[in-house]
Amino acid sequence: MKIIKAEEVTFEYIRRDEDGNVEGINRAVDKVSLDVKEGDFICVLGSNGSGKSTFAKHLNSILLPTEGTVWIDGMDSKDEDKLLQIRQTAGMVFQNPDNQIIGQVVDEDVAFGPENMGVPTEQIKERVEESLKTVGMYDFRKKSPNHLSGGQKQRVSIAGVLAMHPKCIVLDEPTAMLDPLGRKEVIRALRALNEVEGITIILITHYMEETVYADRIFVMNKGKIVMDGSPREIFKRVEELEEYKLEVPKITLLAHELRKRGLRIPDCVLTVKELTDALKKC
Amino acid sequence: MKDITLGQYYQAESVIHRLDPRVKLVGTLLYMISLFVFNNIFCYIVAAILLAVVIALSKVPIGYMLKGMRAIMFIMIFTVIFNVFFTNGDNLVEFWIFHISKEGIRMAILMMVRLTLLIISASIMTLTTTPNRLTDGLEKLFRPLKLIKLPVHEIAMMMSIALRFIPILMEEADKIVKAQTARGARFDSKKLTERAKSLIPLIVPLFISAFRRASDLALAMEARGYHGGDGRTKLYPLKYASRDYISYAVLILYVAIIVFLGITSARIIAHLTPANSYLSLLF
Repeated sequence: MKIIKAEEVTFEYIRRDEDGNVEGINRAVDKVSLDVKEGDFICVLGSNGSGKSTFAKHLNSILLPTEGTVWIDGMDSKDEDKLLQIRQTAGMVFQNPDNQIIGQVVDEDVAFGPENMGVPTEQIKERVEESLKTVGMYDFRKKSPNHLSGGQKQRVSIAGVLAMHPKCIVLDEPTAMLDPLGRKEVIRALRALNEVEGITIILITHYMEETVYADRIFVMNKGKIVMDGSPREIFKRVEELEEYKLEVPKITLLAHELRKRGLRIPDCVLTVKELTDALKKC
Repeated sequence: MKDITLGQYYQAESVIHRLDPRVKLVGTLLYMISLFVFNNIFCYIVAAILLAVVIALSKVPIGYMLKGMRAIMFIMIFTVIFNVFFTNGDNLVEFWIFHISKEGIRMAILMMVRLTLLIISASIMTLTTTPNRLTDGLEKLFRPLKLIKLPVHEIAMMMSIALRFIPILMEEADKIVKAQTARGARFDSKKLTERAKSLIPLIVPLFISAFRRASDLALAMEARGYHGGDGRTKLYPLKYASRDYISYAVLILYVAIIVFLGITSARIIAHLTPANSYLSLLF
């Protein structure tokens, strides 16, 4: 069963001048077709303006495609009767941690989603506890979000989505505003969710380092999917990636350069350990 | 900056703190009305006793309540002076346009007592209830107004979001002030007009950022399935406990006593006080 299936999805922003006349049409997403297997860790890479965020918003019916269709767990995103169910199936985490925390206390914020779904109070309590424990924020449940670091706030946001018991979580550049430590925290939490709980993760990012562990990577450029494959397949094509203004992880780049200079190193190196092992064999 | 509290909540473990916010809201309202409806010393004595008991139960230091009083000192002095000098009646002292009358002194004293009780009762409520619980209580209390199409849930939601974003926007304002100061803006001019003008480079970016945040937040709320108040449940629903029912009973008793005293006191006073004694000033 495909958890997400997109077929020829096109989204156009209509630019208007001051009188409301159509000035031009921006095609932010251009005939994107893809599908995602349940339980996968997916990354969507792309530089600024590549349409990756716009596409992400289609995955829980915040935006509806101008043309084409998106199915979320078999439900058409245009189906208004299933809106709540779609939003519960595919939770979404955004970039700015401050602007997506609604509650004044951590546990109240995590409860916001289940409250909207009308979950009975006793079950909300269980869900809040369970999701905060999963992201390792249980000790902070009585704190004000204003006292947390960026990485912690983002983990609270993830817990908030988790409490809705989604099958899939879409994260739109969740680490863009965090320091390296916070970024690590968030990615670690996501990997745990994917491996332990089996939740499908769709991570939208422009940090290549975060995509190393992905099952599959999509690269977007100018609204189109231009590359699709496993990290190893994608990172091999260093020159092509640079063309799309994306930076390959430094370790991969180093290995690539060494290989070009004639060292016998395997095709695509993703971690420091792999490179040291390869170098020892040389 | 991060620790700003609104409505000066005082953290303590007490029965009054744990009371349902609805009880406190209704209680404060009834109490205030009772102070205005009946205007004699017996009622005020009963009211003062009730308030003293509540203060003692709340474990909030008296100093905190008196802080609230300081703010209205000016109004208080003003009303007292007005009442003393400009109430018509039996004049005790007279000079130029001023005359001090028995009724004037009586009114002034009653007014002072009334204002003091009023302010302290209101501050007791805000001191013992977090803004969060207060909005919850308001939402539940005013729910019947939904029948006349008043968006009660939405207003409560707005209030609690505003409370959440105040510290964030304060921090942001601080950052903008620093950024503008670094570029040569001055916020410390002595002239009022210049000072007002200097606020423009602070307020414009602050508003733009507030709007951006609002739009982000709306998106995030929608993504988490927010669709208004219908069919919503709560993590901490307001539920009456036995202490709340007891409080309501006390409240009803209080209202009964006040009404009884208010109606009968005129007769009692006539009985008790010999005419012209200075004690009668009070009644």
